[in-house]
Amino acid sequence: MGTLNQLVIGASIGAVLLLAALGLTFTFGQMGVINMAHGEFIMAGAYTAYVLQPLAGDQAVIVALPVAFAVGGVLGLILERLIIRRFYGRPLDTLLLTFGISLILQQAARDIFGAPNVQVDAPGWLTGGVDLAGVRIAYNRLFILVLAIGCVVAISLYLSKLRQGRRMRAVMQNRQLAAVSGVATGRVDQATFFIGSGLAGVAGVALTLIGPVGPTLGTAYIVDAFLVVVAGGLGQLKGAVIAAFVLGVLNSFVEFWTANGASFAKVVVFAVIIAFLQFRPQGMFVLKSRALT
Amino acid sequence: MLSPFRLDLLGKYLCYAIVAVGISLAWGRGGMLTLGQGVFFGLGGYAMGMHLKLQDGELPDFMSWSGVEELPLLWKPFANPVFALAMVIVLPVLVATLLGLLVFRQRVRGAYFAVLSQALAAAFVILLIGQQGLTGGTNGLTNFQYFFGLDLYEDADRRILYLVTALILGASYLSVRQLVRSRYGQLLVAIRDGEDRVRFLGYDPALVKTVAFAVSAGLAGIAGALFVPLVGLLSPANLGIVASLELLVGVAIGGRYSLAGAVAGALLFNYAKTIFSEQWPDGWLYVQGALFVAVMVWAPRGLAGLSHQFRDALSSRRKVEVQA
Repeated sequence: MGTLNQLVIGASIGAVLLLAALGLTFTFGQMGVINMAHGEFIMAGAYTAYVLQPLAGDQAVIVALPVAFAVGGVLGLILERLIIRRFYGRPLDTLLLTFGISLILQQAARDIFGAPNVQVDAPGWLTGGVDLAGVRIAYNRLFILVLAIGCVVAISLYLSKLRQGRRMRAVMQNRQLAAVSGVATGRVDQATFFIGSGLAGVAGVALTLIGPVGPTLGTAYIVDAFLVVVAGGLGQLKGAVIAAFVLGVLNSFVEFWTANGASFAKVVVFAVIIAFLQFRPQGMFVLKSRALT
Repeated sequence: MLSPFRLDLLGKYLCYAIVAVGISLAWGRGGMLTLGQGVFFGLGGYAMGMHLKLQDGELPDFMSWSGVEELPLLWKPFANPVFALAMVIVLPVLVATLLGLLVFRQRVRGAYFAVLSQALAAAFVILLIGQQGLTGGTNGLTNFQYFFGLDLYEDADRRILYLVTALILGASYLSVRQLVRSRYGQLLVAIRDGEDRVRFLGYDPALVKTVAFAVSAGLAGIAGALFVPLVGLLSPANLGIVASLELLVGVAIGGRYSLAGAVAGALLFNYAKTIFSEQWPDGWLYVQGALFVAVMVWAPRGLAGLSHQFRDALSSRRKVEVQA
């Protein structure tokens, strides 16, 4: 009973991590851009739901999903076009650059929406939960899990079925070869950044279901999301899914087992990732290549 | 003569400048973007802070507030000044060496290393906040009266402390400059620019990088230990992700490839931060963010590299950018 309960909590932490990390794994994997502003795109998605609340009432969360995808995507596209474009091949510099952007976005949110946290009301049909083998699963957690799975399915269909998505995989696997084969890599980069940032917006909407919205919402998730990408392997959808859920479950179990749990969970997760990298230094799944690593 | 208030601030900047010397070695020379210097700063700082809290022989104030009645085992050895002073350097160097060996041996580098060091900072801060009775939690360690016989409430005694800090900054600058100019320093730069080539020549890049990382951690530890008596408090807010990044900004602005630039940049940045936060508190984040962007876009070599950039532009040679 206790174990099952922790599993459920872990899966729901994992779903949130996965939503936050999905976009990152592609922008990081394909373009080598370490986008620290990704967390602020999450925050922008959450505020989108808040802004839509007076219009859409308690269905704001549902209405906000596509809108937040567009908001996050457009923000990402602007960032890519204006600045990040100049930084390809300098991954470490993009980290500092986008951290600057994230500071600006945070303060902008503070000036527009005020420093105190705001609340987005969940739709009525998401209150309550279902009892399964003696464990109560809240509907909002279940919704996030379904949303995360939906996003993963959508992306994997995009990557395998659509011409656009296949081009994206080509650029990810070998940028130069894709370029000489006639793929407009610049265009593909824009599409990747749009989709990756849009997913951050969707993640933001999901976060409104489990907590208040504030200017620093994104910073709480960005580090864990990066760890998921590192453990899962760059640009690896499968890796990100497995890593997110393993880290989520690990988190919930450590918190459960140790007395003063929450403070040890992060340390344990960090140690486990360092240990894991001893066996798989490039994460769970690696693109095969003959290049020196 | 500066007023005591300004002198206090100057002392704080000097601490950050010592950290900057280390960052310039690890990042500028070694190409290791360390986003977790706050951890090492904190380890040194807490080692010193714990000793200072134990000097009057009573139980530290925050412990009685959180219901701890007996001195925890972890704290006992820190009553000994020699042990505490040793730990200021040993703890950060040990953690950095361990992490460096584990990570660099597996050829985890670049962005991966940056992300891991940042995660370390995040975990460290959460641990400190969670262990309220042991570390003082969010408030950290405060209220220090004496520092090895100096009364921290006496202006004359404080001036001696600044002098000591300035001397240590000078000494660390000179020794790191010597290190950079040595054969070791050249090897470090070679690894930054072409790790595989150096490996093929028969060197072990992991070891060389770990040494640079450990030295930078040790310097951050010393800076943290000086920060405690100078500023009078050390809390997780001084060590977290944002604080660790702020340690880096000064170096980026001044010029990561230049040791003097890094020191000047750290002093300038923190001075600017004080001035701006006093005059226009809400705007500081905009300014800081814009600074990051401007430096990265227009002056990736920082202020110290501007002349270099100018020369390049004049001779219009194609620039061969160093791949970080």
